[in-house]
Amino acid sequence: MTTPAPLLSVRDLTIAFGANLATRDVSFDIAPGETLALVGESGSGKSVTALSVLKLLPPTAQLSGQILFKGQDLVTAPPAELRAVRGNDISMIFQEPMSSLNPVHTIERQIGEVLAIHRGLRASAARARTLELLDAVGIADPKSRLAAFPHQLSGGQRQRVMIAMALANEPDLLIADEPTTALDVTVQAQILVLLKDLQQRLGMAMLFITHDLGIVKTIADRVCVMTEGQIVETGPVVPLFAAPQHAYTRHLLAAEPRGTPPVSDPAAPTIVEVTDLKVWFPIKRGLLRRTTGHIRAVDGIDLSIRRGETLGVVGESGSGKSTLGYALLRLIPSTGRIVVLGNELQSRSWKAMRPLRADLQIVFQDPFGSLSPRMSVDQIIGEGLAVHQPRLNAAERDARVVTALEEVGLPPAARFRYPHEFSGGQRQRIAIARALVLEPEFVVLDEPTSALDVSIQAQVVDLLRDLQQRHGLTYMFISHDLKVVRALANRLIVMRDGKIVEQGDAAAIFAAPQQDYTRTLMAAAFNLAAPPIRDQAPPVAPS
Amino acid sequence: MSAATDIAPAQPRRPFLSPINQRRWANFRANRRGWWSLWLFLAFFTLTLGSEFIANDRPIVVSYEGELLFPAFVDYPEARFGGFLGTPDYRGDFMEEQIAANGWAIWPPIHFSYGTVDGYQPGSGATPPSWLLSRDEVCSRYPLGVDDPDCSWSNFHWLGTDGEAHDVLARLLYGVRISILFGFTLTILSSVVGLFAGAVQGYFGGWLDLIAQRLIEIWTAIPALYLLLIISSVIAPSFWVLLGILLLFSWVSLVGIVRAEFLRGRNFEYIAAARALGVSNMTIMWRHLLPNAMVATLTFMPFILSGSVVTLTSLDLLGLGLEPGTPSLGDLLFQGKENLQAPWLGLTGFFAIAILMTLLVFIGEAVRDAFDPRKAFA
Repeated sequence: MTTPAPLLSVRDLTIAFGANLATRDVSFDIAPGETLALVGESGSGKSVTALSVLKLLPPTAQLSGQILFKGQDLVTAPPAELRAVRGNDISMIFQEPMSSLNPVHTIERQIGEVLAIHRGLRASAARARTLELLDAVGIADPKSRLAAFPHQLSGGQRQRVMIAMALANEPDLLIADEPTTALDVTVQAQILVLLKDLQQRLGMAMLFITHDLGIVKTIADRVCVMTEGQIVETGPVVPLFAAPQHAYTRHLLAAEPRGTPPVSDPAAPTIVEVTDLKVWFPIKRGLLRRTTGHIRAVDGIDLSIRRGETLGVVGESGSGKSTLGYALLRLIPSTGRIVVLGNELQSRSWKAMRPLRADLQIVFQDPFGSLSPRMSVDQIIGEGLAVHQPRLNAAERDARVVTALEEVGLPPAARFRYPHEFSGGQRQRIAIARALVLEPEFVVLDEPTSALDVSIQAQVVDLLRDLQQRHGLTYMFISHDLKVVRALANRLIVMRDGKIVEQGDAAAIFAAPQQDYTRTLMAAAFNLAAPPIRDQAPPVAPS
Repeated sequence: MSAATDIAPAQPRRPFLSPINQRRWANFRANRRGWWSLWLFLAFFTLTLGSEFIANDRPIVVSYEGELLFPAFVDYPEARFGGFLGTPDYRGDFMEEQIAANGWAIWPPIHFSYGTVDGYQPGSGATPPSWLLSRDEVCSRYPLGVDDPDCSWSNFHWLGTDGEAHDVLARLLYGVRISILFGFTLTILSSVVGLFAGAVQGYFGGWLDLIAQRLIEIWTAIPALYLLLIISSVIAPSFWVLLGILLLFSWVSLVGIVRAEFLRGRNFEYIAAARALGVSNMTIMWRHLLPNAMVATLTFMPFILSGSVVTLTSLDLLGLGLEPGTPSLGDLLFQGKENLQAPWLGLTGFFAIAILMTLLVFIGEAVRDAFDPRKAFA
């Protein structure tokens, strides 16, 4: 079989922002009908490469090299020709379905715009085609959705609309820039199945940009591994994953969180006990703001955590898992009984809570938002010490800060620097140090790895496990990422719509989930190859 | 050995300015117009702060019979100099002769203070600047005419005189000083009150916020000028009284933005982190939220300052401002209005206010751009 002429051929593409090179000599080909995945961690230059194909980069970017699409060089093409290609021959799906649709236009109008520009379809013709497209991307009852605004759709539905827009003119090449990253796992799986199905039906090529190796395995024919602006390895997916040649690829493949949680002592005393915890946000309507109903973020949760163990809390976005963590530390008001270390929390005033706070700490999801940009690292870590141990003098406090930094694997000199000088992983270490410096008993970890790259995720998970063993810490680990939870949790709670769907021993649930919802979650997380089908045997992940 | 380890190695300390502020400062300096405006403004302001050394009807230092005296700062009785009056008139012939006979005096370059009435001014009412007249005209009223030693450049009126024979340049110096000082005081006080009110509303929210918001709306609906008219007819309007009255209305200008900043900021994750650490509300507001609100506040400050200066000027122009006789920009404009035949009065007032406002607005723009997050983080 002869190899067909490549549809898109990128040659020695170098993109510079001033003196910074975003990519260096990137070259790859995409054959018609093929899916090429571009894999890399944040900052590897993969998104910039994708944007450069349609020349959507900011004007400060300097391009050199060639981007040949059907023999035409897009780098030198005049704007008019580029516009003819954009959205017609090559179209794009972006990462954020929340911000890539215009909030003030209806779905019909946004899809109709693409049809009008490139095909000249108007009114009824455009409407018929729009309905056809919405049907193709699996939006139920498309007719009633035509007049909907983006905010009336869920994240998954919005991404489907984006895909419908991208497919409107049956492009030859679809560029998908992390199209599923912002979505929940179960929705993610559905979108991937949809994309693959549409690709086969329409025979288009796809450039798929992602950081998630699991997705690559499912969807791509060939893969390019990018790091620091360069492609370090290219090849068909199966052999490349089986025998990676480049050190970085091996590092990336080995980076998935591994290991098993430390064994907990079943006889250890219970230190956290929660009974019938509820967080209801009132919905107020009308002139008098009468409460007409409640959003039940957390709706009657019972749980208990023993000393030294890790309770994993799993659920998709909106399941109330983070709210549960906040309510447990009384950062938001709730009802129900919370007993921590023998202290009843609900009856305490804000002031009376303060002595307990040293024992109850929290690490947040976003290491960029949880550290004040105006404070240096020693001020950030030392702040809690100033509250709880005001007798410490400056030198003693400094010594504690240094110890905390060393515990999380940062050099003592880091304390004079500011958060923006650190990478995401290092920032999360600082946030962990801030919690640990008070020597807490119980730490709520609210998605501490979600904002981090895979290889960093694994390091943070290892660090957390190590700290737990060293200090006998008790964790409540909140995450949507089952791979990370499996590496840390002794026991598991699966939450949905504020309620517990399933709970029990983590290993047992991972081995044999009892509830349909848990099974769907597991299938989506561990076995993307198979669409979430219920009667399939739950995957036993190799470790 | 232990002595060697005790000595800590030279460690990088925290820089004085946090990196964000360093970048802002660099951005501010990069704005040439704002940077130069700041220096010009500071130069003018420093100059007017030393008005007593530039324009005064008393010498700065006098050596009298071997003794050093400082008449610019200390009120000496005339008896000290061999006279019999309470307050000596240093510009008068008697004092001049006494000092010349018994020592020496260092005078400021301009021999008039804001209240000095020049008995030798050429003509009655407002007289034009000396450099517009011939030497004969300028010296016409002096006893010895052109040959009079007192008819020297330090007794010239470089910007003319107003209707009450006051030197305009001297009044300008003192007037600008009082305007800027009044403006600064009002700006700082209203910022402090506004920050506090906005911070409390934004941070605690809820009913407190709701009620305070409505109260502020009612408060701002009161016509301030009428109230000022009424109050100033009851109380003599001194510097501090006027400041207090204006402060009653000016503090609301910052509340809105500060409240919005705190409302936005209290949901940041690092605020939640501080709450989880058990940091008290006041400390959170002071340490974590105030720096955010300061951006908006500092951006507004030059504009509030220029607004305060204009308010004082307009009140003085209307005669509702500082007590009569106080040198001020508004009084200068009032003199200009009263003496339309003497355009140097109005022109001086106009240019002084125009230049002052322009400088402040340029500085304000530069500050605003320097704090622009899109620039600061670029």
